[in-house]
Amino acid sequence: MTAVEEVPLSPAGNPIGFGSMKRVEDARFVRGQGNYVDDVNLPGMLHSAILRSPHAHARIVSIDKSAAEALPGVVLVITGEMLAGVPRPSLLGDNFAWMPTLSYDTQAVLATDKVRFQGQEVAFVIAESKYIARDALELIDVEYDVLDAVMDAKKAMDPDAPVIRDDKGQTDNSITDVHGNQSWESGNAEATAAAIAAAEADPNCVVVTEQILYPRVHPAPMETCGSVAELNPVTGQLTLYTTSQAPHAHRTVYAMVAGLPEQKIRVISPDIGGGFGNKVGVYPGYVLSIVGSLLTGKPVKWMEDRSENLMSTSFARDYHMKATIAATKEGKILAVDVDVLADHGAFNGVAQPTNYPAGFFHIFSGSYDYPNAHCKVTPVYTNKAPGGVAYACSFRITEAAYVIERVVDCLAAELQMDPAELRLKNLIASDKFPYMSPTGWEYDSGEYEKTMRLAMEIAGYDELRREQAEKRAKGEYMGIGISFFTEGVGAGPRKTMDILGLGMADGIELRVHPTGKAVLRLSVQSQGQAHETTFAQIVSHELGIPPEDIDVVHGDTDQTPFGLGTYGSRSTPVSGAAASVVARKVRERAKIVAAAALECSPDDLEWELGRWYVKGDKERGKTIQEIALLSHSALELPEGIEGHLDATAVYNPPNLTYPYGCYICVVDVDVLTGQVKVRRFIAVDDCGVRINPMIVEGQVHGGLADGIGMALMELIAFDEDGNCLGGSFMDYLLPTAMECPDYELGETVTPSPHHPIGAKGVGESATVGSPAAVVNAVIDAISPFGVRHADMPLTPANVWRAVQGRPMRTDMAVE
Amino acid sequence: MQTPAPVGYAKATSVSDALALLKKHGEDSRIVAGGHSLIPMMRLRIAAPEALIDINDVAELKGISIEGNEIVIGAMVRHAEVLSSPILAEHYAIFREAEKLIADPIVRNRGTIGGSMCQADPSEDLSAVGAALKGSVVIQSASGSRTVALRDFHEGPYMTKVAQTEILTQVRFPIRPGAGSAYEKVERRVGDWPVASAGTYVVVSNGVVADCGIGLTAVGAEHFCAPEAEAFLIGKEPTEENLSAAAQLAADACNPFSDQRGPADYKKHLAHELTLRALRRSAAASQGA
Ligand SMILES: Cc1cc2nc3c(=O)[nH]c(=O)nc-3n(C[C@H](O)[C@H](O)[C@H](O)COP(=O)(O)OP(=O)(O)OC[C@H]3O[C@@H](n4cnc5c(N)ncnc54)[C@H](O)[C@@H]3O)c2cc1C
Repeated sequence: MTAVEEVPLSPAGNPIGFGSMKRVEDARFVRGQGNYVDDVNLPGMLHSAILRSPHAHARIVSIDKSAAEALPGVVLVITGEMLAGVPRPSLLGDNFAWMPTLSYDTQAVLATDKVRFQGQEVAFVIAESKYIARDALELIDVEYDVLDAVMDAKKAMDPDAPVIRDDKGQTDNSITDVHGNQSWESGNAEATAAAIAAAEADPNCVVVTEQILYPRVHPAPMETCGSVAELNPVTGQLTLYTTSQAPHAHRTVYAMVAGLPEQKIRVISPDIGGGFGNKVGVYPGYVLSIVGSLLTGKPVKWMEDRSENLMSTSFARDYHMKATIAATKEGKILAVDVDVLADHGAFNGVAQPTNYPAGFFHIFSGSYDYPNAHCKVTPVYTNKAPGGVAYACSFRITEAAYVIERVVDCLAAELQMDPAELRLKNLIASDKFPYMSPTGWEYDSGEYEKTMRLAMEIAGYDELRREQAEKRAKGEYMGIGISFFTEGVGAGPRKTMDILGLGMADGIELRVHPTGKAVLRLSVQSQGQAHETTFAQIVSHELGIPPEDIDVVHGDTDQTPFGLGTYGSRSTPVSGAAASVVARKVRERAKIVAAAALECSPDDLEWELGRWYVKGDKERGKTIQEIALLSHSALELPEGIEGHLDATAVYNPPNLTYPYGCYICVVDVDVLTGQVKVRRFIAVDDCGVRINPMIVEGQVHGGLADGIGMALMELIAFDEDGNCLGGSFMDYLLPTAMECPDYELGETVTPSPHHPIGAKGVGESATVGSPAAVVNAVIDAISPFGVRHADMPLTPANVWRAVQGRPMRTDMAVE
Repeated sequence: MQTPAPVGYAKATSVSDALALLKKHGEDSRIVAGGHSLIPMMRLRIAAPEALIDINDVAELKGISIEGNEIVIGAMVRHAEVLSSPILAEHYAIFREAEKLIADPIVRNRGTIGGSMCQADPSEDLSAVGAALKGSVVIQSASGSRTVALRDFHEGPYMTKVAQTEILTQVRFPIRPGAGSAYEKVERRVGDWPVASAGTYVVVSNGVVADCGIGLTAVGAEHFCAPEAEAFLIGKEPTEENLSAAAQLAADACNPFSDQRGPADYKKHLAHELTLRALRRSAAASQGA
C-alpha cells in the first residue's frame, strides 16, 4: 500500500525521486564492511579502560594506583585529582575534572570528592592493549566511605534524604534549571483546576485520576559508545572518531570543554551502530580519551562494554506521572492535568532545547480537542546514572503520548465506553488544522478520524470485540488496545529552540560535478536511518538526477556544514527540508545556465523532472546533466552570474511537523501464569509524504519492537542499596522476533503544509505510539479482574500480580 | 567487548588426557565444554580460571545410545542434539519440550548436557529434567568411575559432587515403558532463563498412577525434585483433583526467593500451576490421549 506517485526509473532501476529502493548503505553493512569506531586503529594507538564505582553513593577516601601503574604495558593511570590539576583555558571552568552537561549542569569526568551513582567513572587506565588496561583496573585500590543513597525518587525530597550534589552547595536534591526554575509548568493551571473541580461537582461528569510510571529504560544500541582521540602535539589538531549522533554539536562542546580552538577540532562519526538518543550526550569516556591523548601524545581509544553502556550512559524516561482527566458522562473530555516527578539521576544531563527543560512533554494533551490542559514537572537528583532524554522519545513525547493514551483508557473504563468510541468522540476534527493545542503547540495538519477508521478497518475492530466477548465467556482472556498519538518533531525554529545556545537550524551543501553527478553534504548523522539513500532521493526528486548518481557525505565535521544532528526525528523535517531547498537553488541556477545556452530568457523556461525546456516547444531543452557541463563551459553567462551549479543553504524550520498515527494491538493473556502473547499489531502512520516507503516501514517496524520491549520487558530498576538491576542483557531484556508479531501496516498521507516536500519525521513514531497500545491491550484483557492500571514492564509476574489486585512497583527491586 | 583475565588453554584428546591435564594445570584449572556458562562468567570476571581444559574433541564423551534399559547421553552432547534426538523423543517428550525452551539456537548449538549439570545453576532447566526422570551421572577420576543419582548430585547452588580433579562423562536415564512426560516453563522472553519450570513423567497403569517423577527449577526445590508430591500420587487416579493436590504439595516444598524475574509468591504459585500442567499432560500421554 503506497500513496507515492509513480515516478520514472533510473538506469539502475531506482526511482528518480520518491519510492521504495534498497538502502545504499546496506551493501557494506551486510558484507561486514561497515566502519565503526571500534574498527578505527591508528598507528601507535593506546587502549583504555575505566574503573567504575561499585557504590551508588560514597565518599572517596583514597585511591592507590601504584600497583596498576607497575603492571607491564600500563602507560598512565588518571584519577580525578590529576584531572583537577590539568588546566583548561575554557569558558566553562578551569580544569578537566568536571564538564558541563547539555542542561547547564556539571558532571564529574572522574570523581574527585564522591561517587554519585553505581558505574560512575573513578579512574582511567591507558595501556598498550585493552586487556592490559582491563587487568590493571583490578589493581587499583579505592577506599570508599559508603553513604546512604537516594534510590527512590519519591523520597528524594524527604527532609532527611542524603544530599547528592553537595559539590554545588545544595542542601536538598532539587534541580534548578538555567532559568532558575525548580519545576516546569505548561498550560493553564487555573482554568484546568477549575474545570476539574466543576466536573467533580457535576453529576453529569466524571473525574479519573491514575498514578502512571514510565520506568527507566535504556536505548541499548547494538554498538556501545566509544571514541578514538588523536591530539597532534605538533599541530594542536584534535581528530576525534566518536559514536555521535550530533558531530557538529559535539565539536562545539569540546571547544568549550577542552578550550581547544574549534577550527582545530575534527569530529568524525563513522558508521554508527544504533543510537536511539544514547549517542547525543557527551560522556566522560570521550573527554578522557581526549585528555589521554593530550597527556600521552598518542592516539587513545576508549570503547565501553555492554554493562558500562547500560549502567552509565544516557537512560530514558523515569517519569512518575499523576494524571487527572475530567469528562462528561457522554465522553467529551473537558480537562487533563498531569503532575510529574522526574528522576534525572545524579547529574542533570538531559539533552533537550534550553527553553524546554521537560522536553516536549507538554504535548501530552494529545490528539484530542479540549480546552484545558496543564502539567507540572518537578525534577530531582537521585543516585542513578545521568541522562534522561534518549531512546527514540522525540524529547519526552513518548512519556506524553503514553500518559494521555493510558488515562483515556482509564476514562473509558470508568465510563464503561468502548475506548475507540471515546477517542473518535474527541479527536481533533480535520477542519480545525492548523490546531492550537491548550499547551501552545500549533499542530500543522491531520485527518485523524480517517487514520483511526483505517486502523480499525484493518484490525476488524468490531469482529475482535465480538471474539473477545465469546472468549471471556469461556474464561479466555484476549485484549485489544488502541493508541492514537501525535508528535511534534523536527526541532526546531531557531527563535525558540537551541541546545547550549546553538540554534537548531541545519546547514547543507550540494555540489553538482561537470558530468551531472552530485555530492550532498549533510550535518545530520545516520545511525541506521539510511540517510545516504533518503537524502539522495530528495535531491533526485528536485533535480531529476538518478539517486545512484548522488553521493551523500555525512559524519565528518571537516567535510560537512554545521547542523545539530540526528535525534528527535529531526533529520527529515529539518535537514530533509534543507536538501530540498538547496536542490531548488541549484535548479534555479541551472535555469539561468539553460537560458543562456538556449538563447532565451529564463522566464521562458519550464521545468520537468531533470530538464529545463522552452515553454511551448518541449523539444528545445537541456537536461540537468547537460546544464552541469555547460555551467563549467565557455558559455557566456549573464552579468553577475558566477557559473557552476554548487549551492549551500541553511534551513530554519518555521514550525515543527506533527506526524501522528493510530495503533491497535491484540494480545492473549494466560491469567494463570501472567504470560502475554502479542497476537497482532496494526500500525497506521501518517508522516506526511513518504520519501522511501520501504525505509519508513523499516523505521516503524523497529519502533514497534522497541514499544513491545518497553511495555513487556525492558527495565532499569535499582535496589535500595543502589545496585543497578539491569546491567547486562541477561537482566535488561530486549524483545526478539519471537515476541513481535507480523506487523500490519497502513498509511494515510497528510502532507505538512510548511515543509518543502510535505514530509514529517517518522523515526520515533512507533516508539512513541506503541507502548500505550500494548499496555492498553493487556489491561483490557485482564479488566474483568477489576484491573484499571498496572505499570510497565508487564512481565508475567507483574501481570499475574495485577490479576491478584496487587500490581508491582517496577522501578525498585522486586519484592 | 568484555575482556576476561589472562588464561591458559590446553586441548584434551581423551578422558584420561583431560584428567591428566587437570592435574598438571592444578587447582585453578577448569574443564570447558560448550563454554556458554563459563566463558560469560570469565568475561564478566566472575570466574578467572588459570587454565581451561577443552574437552570438545573428546570422542568418548559424545553420542546418545541405549544400554540395556537405560538411555546414555555423553557429557559433550549439545542441547541441539538433545532437542533433535529420535531416541530421546521416542522415550521422553520432556527432553524436546524442555530443550525448545532453553536459551536460543546459538547457545543450544554449543552448550552441553554435561556442562549444564556441572554448572548447577539453581535455574538450570536440565537439572529439573534430570531430577524428574531420576537419572544418574557417571563421574570419572584418575582412580576410576562412580555413578551418582541426580537427586543426590547437587551440593548447593553451583556446587556438585564432581571434584576439581574429576570429569562428568555420562548422564543416564532409565527407560519406562508407558511413561508420558512433559515440561512447562515460564520465561520473561524467549531465550531467557526460567522464572519457574516444572517437568514430570507419569506412568498410568490400570487407571492409577503406578510411577511418577516431578522436577522443578528456579523455585528453590531441594535437589530439583518433589518426592512428597510423587509419593502422594502413587496408586491414585490421575484426576484433576489429585494432580492439583500433588502439584500443591510440590509447591509447598519449594522455597523460592524474589528477584527481577519475579516475586517469591508468584514463583510459588507457578510451581503449582506448572507442575499441574505438566502432570496433566504426562498423565494424558501415558493413557495414550
Ligand atoms: C544466553 C544464554 C541463555 C541461556 N538460557 C538457559 C536456559 O534458559 N535454561 C538453562 O538451563 N540454561 C540456559 N543457559 C545455559 C546453557 O544451557 C549452558 O550452555 C549450560 O548451562 C552449560 O553448558 P556448557 O557446555 O556451555 O558448559 P561450560 O560453560 O563449558 O561449563 C560450565 C561449567 O561446567 C564445567 N563442566 C563442563 N563440562 C564438564 C564435564 N564434562 N565435567 C566436569 N565439569 C564440566 C565447567 O568447568 C564449568 O564450570 C543459557 C546460556 C546462555 C549463554
